[in-house]
Amino acid sequence: MSLELKNVEKKIGLDTHIYSTNLKLEKNTINILLGSTLAGKTTLMQIMAGLDKPTSGEIWFNNENVTGMKVQKRNVSMVYQQFINYPNFTVYDNIASPLKIIGVNSDETKQRVGKVAELLKLSGMLNKKPNELSGGQQQRTALARALIKDSDLILLDEPLANLDFKLREELREELPKLFENRDCIVVYATTEPSEALLLGGNTATLQEGKIIQYGKTLDTYNKPNSLVSAQVFSDPPMNIAKIKKSGDQCSFLQNDIQWKTKLNIKDGEYKVGIRPHNITTYKEGNNTLEIKGKVLISEISGSESLIHFTNGSLNWVSLSNGVFQKKVGDEMNLYMNTDEFVYFDQNERLVSNG
Amino acid sequence: MNKTVNQKAWFFVIPVFVLVAFNAIIPLMTVVNYAFQETFGNNVFMWEGTRWFKQIMLSERFHASLGRQFLFTFIILFIQIPLGIAIALTMPKEGIGVPVCLVLMSMPLLIPWNVVGAMWNIFALPDIGFLGHSLNALGFDYNFTQQIGDAWFTTILMDVWHWTSLVVLLSYAGLRSIQPAYYQAAEIDGASRWAIFTKIELPKMKKVLTIAILLRFMDSFMIYTEPFVLTGGGPGNATAFLSIDLVKMALGQFDLGPAAAMSLIYFFIVLLVCWVFYTLMMRNEEKS
Repeated sequence: MSLELKNVEKKIGLDTHIYSTNLKLEKNTINILLGSTLAGKTTLMQIMAGLDKPTSGEIWFNNENVTGMKVQKRNVSMVYQQFINYPNFTVYDNIASPLKIIGVNSDETKQRVGKVAELLKLSGMLNKKPNELSGGQQQRTALARALIKDSDLILLDEPLANLDFKLREELREELPKLFENRDCIVVYATTEPSEALLLGGNTATLQEGKIIQYGKTLDTYNKPNSLVSAQVFSDPPMNIAKIKKSGDQCSFLQNDIQWKTKLNIKDGEYKVGIRPHNITTYKEGNNTLEIKGKVLISEISGSESLIHFTNGSLNWVSLSNGVFQKKVGDEMNLYMNTDEFVYFDQNERLVSNG
Repeated sequence: MNKTVNQKAWFFVIPVFVLVAFNAIIPLMTVVNYAFQETFGNNVFMWEGTRWFKQIMLSERFHASLGRQFLFTFIILFIQIPLGIAIALTMPKEGIGVPVCLVLMSMPLLIPWNVVGAMWNIFALPDIGFLGHSLNALGFDYNFTQQIGDAWFTTILMDVWHWTSLVVLLSYAGLRSIQPAYYQAAEIDGASRWAIFTKIELPKMKKVLTIAILLRFMDSFMIYTEPFVLTGGGPGNATAFLSIDLVKMALGQFDLGPAAAMSLIYFFIVLLVCWVFYTLMMRNEEKS
């Protein structure tokens, strides 16, 4: 089983929403579309599902051309950011609705609904209406509706975006289990890099209607093929600085901080990307390269501290474990791990990392 | 608790209180006052207790006009609500058609009520009116000033013309607020158009439709100006709805007491029906 997009392109009027895209998704995989709002995730999913037709290009499913085939014939299911359920059906009827349309008998329906409801912790509320449920339960109902049908393709369009933090964490952990041992292709759109890392599988980074990179999630994260891909896959955003390399010495253009590199690249100017968690407020492990900073903003998120600081003309973000209270304008030393620097050439393509 | 006590704050409430007193409470209490007394002019009043209420409740004339009123309201709701929803469903969802349709739809709502009555009166006149003349030319024996059925037909047609737009606009707003994802989900399920209407659109429109029905119920139940100008309640008393009958009693016959009692009963009927209807419709919404 596989889903393949061949030179798929989508234009609306003069606007190109999806640039020519080639992508092959294999069976039993979770595929994450990672990108900011308006990157084209939803459009791409709708084309995959058959809800929308590509302007040009073809969609192949199991070596069959399904371009333009109606969505009802495609055996797909979809979960949306909004909690989409039939408003005056009970949870049971909502979950059973896809089976009813196919014409599954009532005994089997009952058994299958029971199973899915248990999986999604909805057993106790099968007789309730969606508006009597919390947001999390409503989205669980929508998930149950998507899972009950044995679809070939399950599309999830930012399913956790409208949930509050706790519920999001809870469902996020359950999601990978739900898709285990299922004979289907899962496509999951999200704006959050951490979600992609948690779900594993494969990740495609998207920006402005283009797929920048597609590969195993960890590979995409560790070896971004370009600065754009690295930025899409970094939250808070990656710090970017221009550097100069000569011999085994590297230095920032903006200041005189120097470090040694084992990189085997030509001398010249490059850009370096530093993930916020590779800049910390304390010396730790390989975080040894010192940089002076003046605090711009300091925020605490959970048990992590985000410190925005300036050094020369550059704004930086650092993310450290632990809770630190810093005053605006404080001068402080921060420490970077040069092993984790990601180097890009002048065209913002990956040169090498480490 | 450290609540500051400052009775001067009551001064802020005074303007509102005075305003409401003059435009609602005092007139209403005057009516209540009349309802329990008899007067022969010269500001001389005599206490009558609940006599007028008993008289109205037992009066055949009141029963007849109340019956006509319910029949009329029921018929126009039965036509306007489905028709309004149907028109809203066929209206364009994007492009230049949207403002064009919305403006065209609001036109009848902008015309003063007495003008609507006068317009339809002339429009429906059997000898010179376009509608009346055309119907007669087509072979129908149509004369709304003399035949009861024709009078009802014309009054209902006028009200449908005047007020269906309101239902259309409310339904349209309700339909537009349904997120596209619902339609997509239904498409994925392979739901039929009828299923989409009954399982998604109608439930999602429930609240605006409740408001539409309430507004149309109240307005049509209190209808006065248009039938007054169109038929004057005739022929005979055939289209004398409650308010027309009430004005006849109060100003035509100058029976202030019974008229006041009738208007209070009238008021309570409207209130009661609205309350029961709203409570029933919103019964399941409270929990959310």
